[in-house]
Amino acid sequence: MADLIAKSPLDGASITIGALTLAEFDAGRITSVAPLQGQEAALAKAFAPLGLAFPAPNRVSTGKDARLVWTSRGQAFLFGAAPAGLEAHAALTDQSDGWATLRLTGAGAAAALMRLVPLDLEAMAVEEAARAPLGHMQSILIRVEDGFEILVFRSMARTLWHEVETAMKSLAARAQI
Amino acid sequence: MRLTCPLCGPRDRREFYYYGAADYLNRPAGGDPAEWDAYLHLRDNPAGQTRDLWYHETGCAQWLLVTRDTVTHSISDVALVAAGGASGGGIAAKVKPEGSA
Ligand SMILES: [Zn+2]
Repeated sequence: MADLIAKSPLDGASITIGALTLAEFDAGRITSVAPLQGQEAALAKAFAPLGLAFPAPNRVSTGKDARLVWTSRGQAFLFGAAPAGLEAHAALTDQSDGWATLRLTGAGAAAALMRLVPLDLEAMAVEEAARAPLGHMQSILIRVEDGFEILVFRSMARTLWHEVETAMKSLAARAQI
Repeated sequence: MRLTCPLCGPRDRREFYYYGAADYLNRPAGGDPAEWDAYLHLRDNPAGQTRDLWYHETGCAQWLLVTRDTVTHSISDVALVAAGGASGGGIAAKVKPEGSA
C-alpha cells in the first residue's frame, strides 16, 4: 500500500510573542472511547496495563505512553495506541485527523487564553481538562505543566491560530505600557 | 446568567442553546391528534417555577433539564436528561453493536 504523506492542519507552525509560545504539536493517534453499557469493569481491566483509568468529568488520566482525556458523558479521547481488544468494551472512532492540536506555553498562558475562553483558567490544575467555547468554537482544553493544550476541529485551525495570536499580541502590548 | 452543568460545572449562558419546555420529553405514545396537538402547541406560561430544556452546545453536548423561576430568574436545579432527570425515562443508553463479541 502507498505510504501517504500526513499533512498537519497548520504545517507545524510555531510563534513566540513575549513570554508566550503557540505551537502546533503532533498528538499522534487520537481515539474516541465510549464505553458500552455494562462494560465499565472490562474496560478498566483493558486500560490498567497502560496505567490508565477512565477519567471523571473534566479530568485526565495519564499513563506511561498514553493519556485518556474526558470529553463528554460516557466519552473520553485516548491519546496514544489503543490496547488490543478494546473494541469489545467500547465504541471506538479514530479522531486523529479531525482535530488541530496546539500548545500555548509560557508565563501568562492562562491570561491570554482567558481573553477567549469564559472560564477561570488560572484555577485549572494540571491533569484537568474542559470542553469550553474558545471564541465561537467548541474546544477541548487540557492543562499541562507549562500551559495549555488546545484542540479544535481541524477546519477551524487557522481561526484558532488567528484568535490566540491576537490575544498573545495584545497581552504583550499591554506589558510594554 | 449561569447554569451549573452537572458534568462541566458552572458555565456562562452563551455556552447553552435553549430548546423549549420540558414537555418535549413527554412524547405521546399513540396517534391521538388531540394529544399531539397538546404536545406540540399547548404550553403553560407560569409566573414562578418552570422547567425547560437546554443543550450544552459548547461544553459536554448534553441535554439538560433546567428548573428555574420566571419571576426571580433563580435557577434551582440542572439535571442531565440522559441520567433520567425527566419523566420520559431518559435517552436510551448506548447498546452493544450487533456482531461484536
Ligand atoms: Zn456540560
